Amino acid sequence: MRLLPAYAAAAFLFLHLPLLVLAVFSFNESRFTVWEGFSLRWYRAAFSDAQLIEATWNSLLIGAAATVLATAAGALCAYGLWKRASRWLSASLSLSLVTPEIVMGISLLALFQWAFRFLGVRLGMHTVILAHVMFCLAYVVIVVLARLRTMDRSLEEAALDLGATEWQAFRRVTLPLLAPGVGAAALLAFTISFDDYVITSLVAGVDSETLPMVLYAIARRGANPVVNAISTLIVFGLGLLILIAERLRET
Amino acid sequence: MNRLRAWCLAPTASVLLTLYLAPLAILLLYTLLTRGAYGGTSLPWTIENWQRLLDPLYLVILGRSFAVALVSTLICLLLGFPLALFIARSGPRRHIWLYLVILPFWTSFLVRTYAWMFLLRDTGLINSALLALGIIQEPLPLLYNYGAVILGLVYGYLPFMVLPLYATLERLDPSLLEAAADLGARPWQTIRRVIIPLSLPGIRAGSLLVFIPCLGAYLTPDLLGGGKTILVGTLIQNQFTSARDWPFGAALSLGVMAVVMLLLMSLIRRQDEGVL
Repeated sequence: MRLLPAYAAAAFLFLHLPLLVLAVFSFNESRFTVWEGFSLRWYRAAFSDAQLIEATWNSLLIGAAATVLATAAGALCAYGLWKRASRWLSASLSLSLVTPEIVMGISLLALFQWAFRFLGVRLGMHTVILAHVMFCLAYVVIVVLARLRTMDRSLEEAALDLGATEWQAFRRVTLPLLAPGVGAAALLAFTISFDDYVITSLVAGVDSETLPMVLYAIARRGANPVVNAISTLIVFGLGLLILIAERLRET
Repeated sequence: MNRLRAWCLAPTASVLLTLYLAPLAILLLYTLLTRGAYGGTSLPWTIENWQRLLDPLYLVILGRSFAVALVSTLICLLLGFPLALFIARSGPRRHIWLYLVILPFWTSFLVRTYAWMFLLRDTGLINSALLALGIIQEPLPLLYNYGAVILGLVYGYLPFMVLPLYATLERLDPSLLEAAADLGARPWQTIRRVIIPLSLPGIRAGSLLVFIPCLGAYLTPDLLGGGKTILVGTLIQNQFTSARDWPFGAALSLGVMAVVMLLLMSLIRRQDEGVL
C-alpha cells in the first residue's frame, strides 16, 4: 500500500509522457528524432498546407453540424427518458455505444449505398454529418441524463401545480438547471466527432476529407514532423474543451 | 405529459431507427446473399457466409482477436486496479487525479495511437536514443507486431478500466479496511479478501468496457500492427475493400456484434442496470 503513490506516478507518466514527448518534438528543428534546437517550422509547414487547412475546415464544419443536431436530439431524448424510461431506446443507445466502429462504419456504408442506388444520394459532407450525429447521440444522452438524475423532480411538479404548462415548466425551470449538462454534452460530442477516423473514412466522399483522414494517411506513409505539430494542436485544443466540459458537469 | 415525452423521444428514435438499426438490418440481409462480381451483392440466397465463419482459416483470426483483446484487458486490469485504488484513497485531491485519467479518455484516440508510432518506429525516439547511446547497433523492431498492438490497446483503453473501478472503490466503506487491519489482516490479505471481492462489479464493468472495443479494434492494429497483424476488424474492412466480399464481411460484422451483445447482456443482467 505504501508503494501506491509511486506506482500511480508511474502510471500517470505512462498515460501522459508519450503525448508530452510528441509535443516537445513538434518544436524540433530537425526532421529526424534528434533534438537540434527549438523551431516553429513544422507549425509553419502545417499552416501553409492547403490540404490540411481544407481538411481542418471540413472537420470543424462537420463537428459543429453534428454537435448541434446530436445535442438537440440527445438532450430532448434524455429529458423524455427521465420522465419515463424506454427500454428499447436505452438498449439501442447502449448497444450503439459498444458497437465496434468498423461495424458501424460498414453498416452505414451499406445504408448509404442503398440511398445512392434508390435515391441517387452520393457520399459527401451530409453522409459524414449523419454518421457523426448517430455515434454522438448516445454520449449526449448519457451526459444529460446523468445531470437530470441529480435534479429534484419536485421542482418541475411545483411549477405545474402553480399553473405552468408543461412547456413553460420545461423552459423556465428544468432547462436552466440542465444547461451546464447540455453544454458539457455538446463539447464532448464535438471532441468525439472531430477525432473520428474509422467511420468517417468509410462514409466520406471526395469533397469531405477530414483532418483525421489526412493525418492517418500521412502517418501511415512514414515519419513526418508536421503530424507531430498538428497532433499537439489537436491535443491542446480538445484538452481545453474537455476541461471546460468537466467543469460544466460539476457545477 | 405523454405527448411532450413522445415529441422529445421522436428525433433520437428516428435517428436510431434509420442510421443504426436499419443499417444493421441491411447487413443482416447481405449475409444471406451471394457476393457480386465487382463488390456488392447478388442473388441467390445462401447461408454459406455464416458457414464460412467456421472455416479454420478465419477461426484462427477470430481466436487471435479474442486472445489479443483478452491479454489487453488483463493488462489494463492489472495496471488500472492499483491506479484506481490510489485515486479512490487520495482524499480531496482525487479530482485532480481523475482529471488526469479523464483527459486522455476523451483526447484524440488517433493522436494517442500516433504518439506510439512516433516512439516505436525504426527511426522513432526510442530507437534513435538507443542508437545514439550506442546500446544497440541496429534499430529494434518495436513497431508492426502484436506487442505494439497490445501496447496501443492498453494505452488507449486504460481509462475505460480505471473509471468504473474508481467508481466502485470510492464507495468502499473505509471502516471495512480498518476492521480487516484490526483483525490482523496484512495489507495484501485486505486487498485480496476484502477490496477485490467488493469491487467485482467495477472489475466486471471495466473489463467489458475494455474487452469490447479491443475485440473490434481497427485503428490500432492497422497503425501499430502495420499489415502484419490481421485481426477481425482488419478482416472486416478487407472484405469491403480489397477482397470485395460484402456478404462475408457482413457476416463477420454481425458475428462480432453478436458476441458484443452477449457480453453486454451478461453485464446488464448481473449489475441490474444498463450502461444508460
